[in-house]
Amino acid sequence: MENLAWLLLALPLLSAATIHLGLKRLQTVSALVSTAVAGVILAVTIILIGSETEDLAFSWASVPGLDLEIGLKLDSFAKNMMLVVTGVGFLVHLFSLAYMKDDSAKARYFGALSLFMFSMTGIVLASNFIMMFIFWELVGLSSYLLIGHWYEKDSAADAAKKAFLTNRIGDFGFMIGILMLWGITGALSFDGISEFFAATPEYSAFFVGTAVLCVFAGAMGKSAQAPLHVWLPDAMEGPTPVSALIHAATMVAAGVFMMARLSLSIGTETIEALWGVNTIAWIGGITSLLAALMATQQDDIKKILAYSTLSQLGYMVMAVGLLNPEAGMFHLFTHAWFKALLFLGSGAVIYACHHEQNIWKMGGLKGKMPITTITFFIGTLALCGFPLTAGFFSKEGILEAALHTNKALFSIAALVACLTTFYMFRLFFIAFLGKNRSKNADHAKEVGILMLIPLIVLTVMAVISGWNPIGEKLSPLHKAFILHLDSPAFYASIGSFIIGFLIAFKLYFNAESDPLADNGVAKVFRNKFYVDEFYAKLVGYAQDGVAAVIHFIDELVIGGLLVGGLSRAAGGVGRLFTRMQSGNLQGYAGLFALGVILVIYLTVFV
Amino acid sequence: MSILFVLIPLIGSILVLSGVKVRLSALITSGATLFFAIGCLFCWKSDAWSMSLQVLETPNIQLALGFQDGISVAMLLLSSLVLFCAVFHGGAPEGKEKLWYSSSLLIGAGAIGAFLSTDLFFFYAFHELALIPTFLMIGMLGKGDRKEAAWKITIYLAFGSIVLLAGLLWLVQASGAETWLFSDILAGSIAPDAQKGIALLLIIGFGTLISLFPFHSWAAPAYAAAPTPVAMLHAGVLKKFGLYGLIRLYPTVTEGMQHWLVLLIVLLLGNILWVGFVTLNQKRLDSLLGNSSVMHMGYIFLALAALIDAGSAEANPIAIPAAVVLMFAHGISIAMLFSLTDHVHKRTGSLELSDLGGLAKAAPALAFFFGLAGMASIGLPGLANFSGEVLVFLSGFNAYEGGELGCVQVATILALWGVVISAVYMLRAFRKTFQGPAVPNSVDAKDLNFCEKIPALILAAALLVVGLYPNSLLNLLKGCGYSCKCPTQTEQADQ
Repeated sequence: MENLAWLLLALPLLSAATIHLGLKRLQTVSALVSTAVAGVILAVTIILIGSETEDLAFSWASVPGLDLEIGLKLDSFAKNMMLVVTGVGFLVHLFSLAYMKDDSAKARYFGALSLFMFSMTGIVLASNFIMMFIFWELVGLSSYLLIGHWYEKDSAADAAKKAFLTNRIGDFGFMIGILMLWGITGALSFDGISEFFAATPEYSAFFVGTAVLCVFAGAMGKSAQAPLHVWLPDAMEGPTPVSALIHAATMVAAGVFMMARLSLSIGTETIEALWGVNTIAWIGGITSLLAALMATQQDDIKKILAYSTLSQLGYMVMAVGLLNPEAGMFHLFTHAWFKALLFLGSGAVIYACHHEQNIWKMGGLKGKMPITTITFFIGTLALCGFPLTAGFFSKEGILEAALHTNKALFSIAALVACLTTFYMFRLFFIAFLGKNRSKNADHAKEVGILMLIPLIVLTVMAVISGWNPIGEKLSPLHKAFILHLDSPAFYASIGSFIIGFLIAFKLYFNAESDPLADNGVAKVFRNKFYVDEFYAKLVGYAQDGVAAVIHFIDELVIGGLLVGGLSRAAGGVGRLFTRMQSGNLQGYAGLFALGVILVIYLTVFV
Repeated sequence: MSILFVLIPLIGSILVLSGVKVRLSALITSGATLFFAIGCLFCWKSDAWSMSLQVLETPNIQLALGFQDGISVAMLLLSSLVLFCAVFHGGAPEGKEKLWYSSSLLIGAGAIGAFLSTDLFFFYAFHELALIPTFLMIGMLGKGDRKEAAWKITIYLAFGSIVLLAGLLWLVQASGAETWLFSDILAGSIAPDAQKGIALLLIIGFGTLISLFPFHSWAAPAYAAAPTPVAMLHAGVLKKFGLYGLIRLYPTVTEGMQHWLVLLIVLLLGNILWVGFVTLNQKRLDSLLGNSSVMHMGYIFLALAALIDAGSAEANPIAIPAAVVLMFAHGISIAMLFSLTDHVHKRTGSLELSDLGGLAKAAPALAFFFGLAGMASIGLPGLANFSGEVLVFLSGFNAYEGGELGCVQVATILALWGVVISAVYMLRAFRKTFQGPAVPNSVDAKDLNFCEKIPALILAAALLVVGLYPNSLLNLLKGCGYSCKCPTQTEQADQ
């Protein structure tokens, strides 16, 4: 029974391997194998959630004094997170069957999707930091492969590379953090770390704090927190179902998951005493605000959702930084469902509009695609935190957390909530209501049943996943929700919704073009605060420029003069060589043979 | 018995030179070497493998071969894997087959001889033996600026060898050993002053052979110019000679090495960061790979620095396995990359990155294998190099117990930035060569055929086995470096 858990890792790996090695030519078979595996691991997860489980492990790399393990930590935190991964994962597989029907490299796509399921499972179930790092990098690989699925396009290939490299920068910090924590606690496993801190021995709060911040750098890469956020919007170059699964619901949330896992191991009281934990909350808060501002002026439907993901991830990171991982994880849980819904909904729209992504070239989809429109609308409500939808409950938790600890962050969070409603209704008004604004939109028709089923299931989850009985059972971490009608958090939440909605209504209801198009501030938002341009310059000058200078010095000084001179000046043998310069190569080879003889001579006669 | 591993490729090269079915006899002999090497994974502990043959009475030099411990076995496996794949890669120009295959086999024989020698003299001599065909091949059958590259590598490596020889002679003399056997030399003790001198000579001597900064300039042009099998064998196998030597000999001069620890750390960071930046600026695929191979030597040196800092393998039991796994992984991955680069060159006619693009469309298998080897070399988990690198980093922090960071820890952190740098240049190269719209010379390229896939498959399998389950290699290394397992002179005399 317990060993059933290994299937969660084994099956997707097997599927990825067989698809790549053997089934590649059988495109449809590959797709079905991958989808079937996703279904089976969803079933396994549900069985595991319903049963008592013990942790499993085997030795992966062992040297004297150190045993690196591949171990499964099957607590309810991990198992419930697995439900998100396999649940959304399976629905995305189903959706992909229809969405990628005509793709010429369908097998490669589904192979990479299986690889992703394997890697993400590894992160969630990891019992120790090294294992988490291994799978952390592997989700990076699958994300790289899927973003670059259409690698013949320059933009897709560049986006894939950018995602991988930005994550590598985060992982630089992550590895340092792991090594430092290992040095301090002597443990790599989460259990070992919590045992160390539970015993409260002597340790330096400064260095533990530094280690935690370094580990957080890894989360900043994976969860795309400022200033490492630039890869996520570009990642929308990948097929849309991938954006739903990897770049909205699961992988990008891995950073939040990992930080929550770390908080649980170290213990909230211990973390409170460390320096720099505030930084985490502030990075989350700033990311959520910047991303929400950028989202207000995007015209690509997927980009809007991508920035909204950034912004919501900022919320979660903020909650974790405010030492309330329960609120963060609960928002992660509800967000996974409604954001996957929104992305798949946008996928359906893009599919129906013949790969048109600009919302200004859509319009009037309400009449053409009624079911998609309703599901998308409910998803929008959930994201905006409309009462009784899932997003309302989880956002309320974060607002409450901020209210009690940090008033400044609370105001930012409330402002972000307002902006969220604004840009989501802008999107909804432009794309779904009004008149058809292009031929593609005019020809759109409702998508097939294979796409509708995932949308409908996700719509249900987008509403009920926030309710107490569901959250209690299925959210990785959960605190029962109690509505305080007199709390400022409640008024902020309702107030921001109303304000955001009214402004969006005023500006964009039945609008033909963006009334803010010529506004200077809006232009800064549209250009993402010029961060990408700045980074391009930074890479150009600081990295490539320095590389060119170093290369030049290397060739000239080290290659040409320094060592060249050294070797020539190196004693009698060196001079012998310079004299031989005119000879041919066989001569040099002969000289080497001579060298061997010389050794014998030296040792025998001298 | 272990002389078999030297004799088989030697016989192979004689067969090749005498003109008997050149490629076939080369394949059979290198295949037999690989076959026996895999076989001896299961029985290397047997005494039957050791042998010795008195060559000279004064000084007491013996042709002594055997497995000192699992490290020798790992190196034998690496050598025979790369040798077989290099021979299989082939690519000899018309009429030059004899020279081409015989020198590959000779290099292999020399490398294996060095790794299996339990006598310091033959350890050195076998390496020299392997260098001669290396120089010849680059000079006579190389590409591009072959003469200049051959001249440069000859000068550098001759310099390194001579310095090394001086160090070894001093070492033997100072240790007071009666023979040149490793076991006897390791048993001796050396005065601190002499240790410092010997250690410096060993660092510079071995260092030059491993392309330690700033003695690295020979490597990239030589690999770019070398015929592909030679580049595979030198970068993959022969270059590990120096690292192997340092792992074997550091215990004799631990204090001397500790005296130069800061210098060593500065130099290895030169490999990782300085050469890393040099690599970033490369415009050709082959010189990019050559430089990346120089860069990655820094990580193996980092494990050595951690080891030297700790003072013994007992004090830092992670370092030696880390270094050996990374040596193995790097050897396999770089050989694979050089082999595949040659296939790219055959298809596109150019290795200038600006002339390449979109090759994956027409040659998906080539792109897959290149991507796999490239990902291995930048330390992607699941492939062998990561297993080595993560152990190297852990070995760097082995002595850390919270509080201030020591110099090895600082070096480890700086070295970690190299992981970012290598990802940048490798992904750039892959992006430029295989992705994006296809350029004219890539549109109609043929994919790898069955024969071309075989070396790639073998090397990829090795990367995957060690990457997915590092214990497969680590089990071989249990107890390595704690003390010399080989019999001393007196014990041998008893046999």
